[in-house]
Amino acid sequence: MVKDQEFLRKKASYCLGLAKKFGATSSSVIVNNSVAETVNFRNKKLDESNRSDDLGINITTYIGKKKSSIFSSNLLNDNLNILIEKCVETTKNTPEDEFNCLPDKDLLAKEVKDLNLYDDTNIENDHKIDYLQKLEVSAFQNEKIINTESSFTQNKSNFILANSEGFCDGYKTSSFTASSVTVAKDEVSMERDYEYSTKCFLKDLIDPEELGKLAADQTIKKLSPKKIGSEKINIIFDKRIAKGLLSSFASAVSSSAISRGTSFLKDKINQKIFSDSINIFDKPDILKGLGSRSFDSEGVKTDTLKLVEQGVLKNYLIDTYNGKKLNLKSNGRCGGTSNLYFENGNISFKDLLNSSSKSLYITETIGHGSNIVTGDYSVGATGFLVENGEFKYPINEITIAGNFKDMFKNISLANDLEFKYATNSPTIMIEGMVVAGK
Amino acid sequence: MSKFFENSDLSRKEAENIISDTLQKCDDGELYLENSKSESIILDDNKIKNSSYNSDLGFGLRAVSGEIVAYSHSNEISKNSLKKSSDNLKSTLKSAKGNYNYAIPKSNKSYYENINPIEQKSLNDKIEILNNVNKYLRSKDNNVKQVTANFLGEQKSVEIIRSGGETLSDVRPLIRFNVSVMLEKNGRKETGVYGIGGRQSYDSYLRKDNWKNVCDEALRIASVNLESKPAPAGEMKVVLGPGWPAILIHEAVGHGLEGDFNRKKTSAFHNLMGQKVASEGVTIIDDGTIDNRRGSLTIDDEGTPTEKTILIENGILKNFMQDRLNARLMNTRSTGSGRRENYRHVVLPRMRNTMMLSGKQTQDEMIKSVDKGIFAVSFGGGQVDITSGKFVFNCTEAYEIVNGKIGSPIKGATLIGDGPSILKEVSMVGNDMMLDPGIGTCGKAGQGVPVGVAQPSILINKMTVGGTKL
Repeated sequence: MVKDQEFLRKKASYCLGLAKKFGATSSSVIVNNSVAETVNFRNKKLDESNRSDDLGINITTYIGKKKSSIFSSNLLNDNLNILIEKCVETTKNTPEDEFNCLPDKDLLAKEVKDLNLYDDTNIENDHKIDYLQKLEVSAFQNEKIINTESSFTQNKSNFILANSEGFCDGYKTSSFTASSVTVAKDEVSMERDYEYSTKCFLKDLIDPEELGKLAADQTIKKLSPKKIGSEKINIIFDKRIAKGLLSSFASAVSSSAISRGTSFLKDKINQKIFSDSINIFDKPDILKGLGSRSFDSEGVKTDTLKLVEQGVLKNYLIDTYNGKKLNLKSNGRCGGTSNLYFENGNISFKDLLNSSSKSLYITETIGHGSNIVTGDYSVGATGFLVENGEFKYPINEITIAGNFKDMFKNISLANDLEFKYATNSPTIMIEGMVVAGK
Repeated sequence: MSKFFENSDLSRKEAENIISDTLQKCDDGELYLENSKSESIILDDNKIKNSSYNSDLGFGLRAVSGEIVAYSHSNEISKNSLKKSSDNLKSTLKSAKGNYNYAIPKSNKSYYENINPIEQKSLNDKIEILNNVNKYLRSKDNNVKQVTANFLGEQKSVEIIRSGGETLSDVRPLIRFNVSVMLEKNGRKETGVYGIGGRQSYDSYLRKDNWKNVCDEALRIASVNLESKPAPAGEMKVVLGPGWPAILIHEAVGHGLEGDFNRKKTSAFHNLMGQKVASEGVTIIDDGTIDNRRGSLTIDDEGTPTEKTILIENGILKNFMQDRLNARLMNTRSTGSGRRENYRHVVLPRMRNTMMLSGKQTQDEMIKSVDKGIFAVSFGGGQVDITSGKFVFNCTEAYEIVNGKIGSPIKGATLIGDGPSILKEVSMVGNDMMLDPGIGTCGKAGQGVPVGVAQPSILINKMTVGGTKL
């Protein structure tokens, strides 16, 4: 069982007390506990069980404008004494930084909304095994599937965030995740693909048969791929890849990248960076949302943020430190975005496919090819050639490249947004990117 | 022996009894205890941005029966906690009926000293170097707009207690020093990154003013990139420089030669043992025994002494990298490649220092032989799809080659290739093998472990370059 609020609160206030005793002028602490139980299957048989019980404490101490922090997974009071004394000592020896401070008191969250993020249900390993058996039987329906690896994880977490200004709050969250990775083979090639589902509540999780079938179908479709020539072409990003472009956008508008001057979107506030119709929201209070939260990792309240409106950049993602540097107030984005999404476009998925005579539909990218400083983008990709709205054949061993500045201005969106992850996008088409192949 | 049981209600004897009881009918397993201390100091934007200290303690209990692994970990080293883990394992392995394999090879060799690098250099000394780095870079070039530099130091103590009470232990130091610099000129921004590190004290790397060399290299890369033009798109010849570019070897073939993917037959190499998988003259080894290297280990995370494993010899596939589980199931022996990020994770077969050995040609000969291609000197990260064999890596410093001569620098681009066939496309192997500077971290199944790579210059006949210029 995950530790209760009482236990975490006691540890938090013990630490704040010690920090004060050793000479910190202010301090903050996060205590968290998470208990996860996973069962893995491979080829319709039990492969691995894994139970993890993680307890951790993060303490940041300030002496005026000096700051230092420690993390420990050893929560015995003796050990905390030694570490906090060391932390305060290090703080004394660390140079001042004028922007170091706790968040403004009036920005701290006053109430914790119930966002329905915790499901008390406990799914025993035998039931996980039952789910995975059904999943893998379904995945193996097609004889081209030669290998499956599936997994079921239940995770329960609890945390308390407290600081010397009197903030002390936290709440439990839960997640249930099922995933399946399948390998298919024909005379020409061997391919792998996957599908997964994560939900706060067990009852919302996808049926095992459906999950297995989705993974298998996606894998079989990739068999016997071809390599195409190098050319300029319209690229369609499947939803599971499209969300990655949003994540790159989020990194580029983080107040840290902006204040350090290391973002290609620096100085672009109130300027048009996307095509006209594009709106981007970050909404923290979606019920059961995978990125939902009542306050950020400093305790600052979070409201819905309209980051991009009709193509114009309206807001950065701001935390306390970088906010002070930029002379802006924190908008509760310490630790990043919550539920980040593109608002739906105007046309259907089918119309998007039909909108050009020839395009590449990308289902997976590999490599770390997003450069936030320059906006350059270049990644390995696999997908399908689409002609006149029809999927022709699978493609692999190609790269797609462009620069975010141009890509963002050439985005069209379908109207098929769903909230499957914390960051979500409808299917995206970007005109005129370069594919490198043969 | 370490002090894992010192402040616990659990005695070493009681722990041994629980381990032996849990593993009774299992084929393998152990209690893995870990105590790691690490420190990070970051200078960014002209200031010491953060100084932090981590103290991480925990255990992982593992039982293996047939192909099934049961694992449970916790931060609390207590009687109750270990019992709970034991019960969890037993419930997974209800029908286990194996024979515990007590045999584990021994060695007295050690590849690094038992030191705590964090304590060997004072906080003030480290802060002073970081401030000097900042001053030095900003005074050296007016275009410097941002400098980030950091120290990462760690000491990890591990202890492995096997059924019957046999105990193996290791204390592993690890440091890293990194510099990143951003230049801005005529509205254009580019970054250069360089770092050094390994299993030694900071002073082994920072003797005299060695930190200046790290700064110079980061600045040089950024300056080159400021002048870069768009990279070409399409298939062409590629010359790779020596050292760090060996992450190509790591991605293209290294992962595909890890035991688990081959036992499960999901690697493109699984049925190629003894066959020719590379051009003649290509020999690749994975070596855990080089003194003080980032990827070196005295014993792996199952207690097996590490070794120098020949993977490919003169083009022929000779061995996979094995942990105990995959070795047993494939009727071979562990190569001392069983690793885990920390006590939160199960053991997997992983790389250590993966190296392609020197051949006979010179880099000059390679460049001269290329009419149209690129010369890649430095890389960011890479990634591979084990099953299809397709892999990528990202250039951070590269030049075009035109008519046998090195031309203009080109922008960062992703290179993509096919693992099983790429080594057959290697047409020249250089005589200039070099180790990387000691900064690599390899990710697999959500676990990051420190690794090293090495290679000489090589010429690859055909790779796809993911630029934007058609």
